[in-house]
Amino acid sequence: MLKDWINKGRLKSPWIVHFDCGSCNGCDIEVLACLTPLYDVERFGIINIGDPKHADVLLVTGTVNHRNKHVLKNIYDQMPSPKAVIAMGACGLTGGVFREAYNVVGGVDKVIPVDVYVRGCPPKPEAIIDGVVHALGKVKAALEAAG
Amino acid sequence: MGKLLLATIAVILAPVVGGLIAGLDRKLTAWLQSRVGPPILQPFYDVFKLLGKSPMLINPWQILTVWVYLVSSMLTVFLFFMGSDLLLMFFVLTIGAVFFVMGALSTQSPYAQVGAQRELVTMLTYEPLIILVFVSIAMVTGSFKVSEVFTYGKPLLYQLPLMFVVLGYALTIKLRKSPFDISACHHAHQEVVRGVLTEYSGPQLAMIEIAHWYDVVFVLGLVGLFWASSFWGCAVLLAVTYFAELVIDNVTARMTYKWMLKTVWGWGLALSVLNLLWLYAG
Ligand code: SF4
Repeated sequence: MLKDWINKGRLKSPWIVHFDCGSCNGCDIEVLACLTPLYDVERFGIINIGDPKHADVLLVTGTVNHRNKHVLKNIYDQMPSPKAVIAMGACGLTGGVFREAYNVVGGVDKVIPVDVYVRGCPPKPEAIIDGVVHALGKVKAALEAAG
Repeated sequence: MGKLLLATIAVILAPVVGGLIAGLDRKLTAWLQSRVGPPILQPFYDVFKLLGKSPMLINPWQILTVWVYLVSSMLTVFLFFMGSDLLLMFFVLTIGAVFFVMGALSTQSPYAQVGAQRELVTMLTYEPLIILVFVSIAMVTGSFKVSEVFTYGKPLLYQLPLMFVVLGYALTIKLRKSPFDISACHHAHQEVVRGVLTEYSGPQLAMIEIAHWYDVVFVLGLVGLFWASSFWGCAVLLAVTYFAELVIDNVTARMTYKWMLKTVWGWGLALSVLNLLWLYAG
């Protein structure tokens, strides 16, 4: 019974920590747009929380470079499991227009495992919400597989 | 025996009521901001999710402090419904709050340290006021016992209207509503990252949330004392007070702790003295 409730909670309250790996701010503005009354992601229990220790989903925007990859890894490690990672925007996926710069590592998945990729430069708020829904779908599948 | 049963039932039901209040709170806040807002049951989803997360402790102290906080919050609700002594409840409440702060102080994180210091200042702000409220209740009813207040017959609000405002200040602080949410603010993430709560995570955070629900029930119980003579009077008073808190939460921005200390002590003490003088004169 308790397990059912816990699983239900996992699907209904994804708290997000948003980490900006040196993005151009385009993606970040779209993330913030999701919090405005127009999209109001709190409807789905999604909260943008500042503390990785409270978060369930890590939303990464921007290009990972040699300096901030340690920070990214650190934030990921500080999140208690179960957790999910969403990479956002062309930069988060592959490095985007910056991928050939000498200091750039590439996509987020070069450093930490990524569950969902959200395309776009920048992605629309709808796409971001969709990304979270996909991440939850994966969580749900994992829960069902675990029984 | 009847009292014991009532108090036990209250302790079991309090988290349910507290969670529902928290859900309504978020819904109404969303409504005031012309949003849809989360479902009413959202706080329960959050807490159950947190219970299911893997523990990530900084040190064993955190377990102890969280348990003491939870148990003391439960005990205040229990004592309240037992009709026990208000001062005793105050001490138990304080023990819980102090342990909560100690848990935050036991970690190295600067955010938690800053949050803990702020939490101590908030405690310093509301505790004298709550004591004054209890003293004035005792002056009117002749006893510190909750059961005496219930048999008093008349609503305390008639004789202690200003004390009620003072309790309102304490309530705003205890409910962590703006402008007094300086130690563990949900919204100012970038500043202290939830302050005292920074280093608590997973099951511990869930327990803190549940303890907070107990606190909410207890503090609303104190508000209810001001119209203990009739059920509907009490219900209306609680609803109006809580809604006022919500509106205040939504129309005020956060303030610094110095402003809080000055304002709350200034107004709280002035109103208390006025009300007590009036009691003497009348
Ligand atoms: S994907 Fe586009 S909008 Fe997003 S950070 Fe990169 S360049 Fe900026």
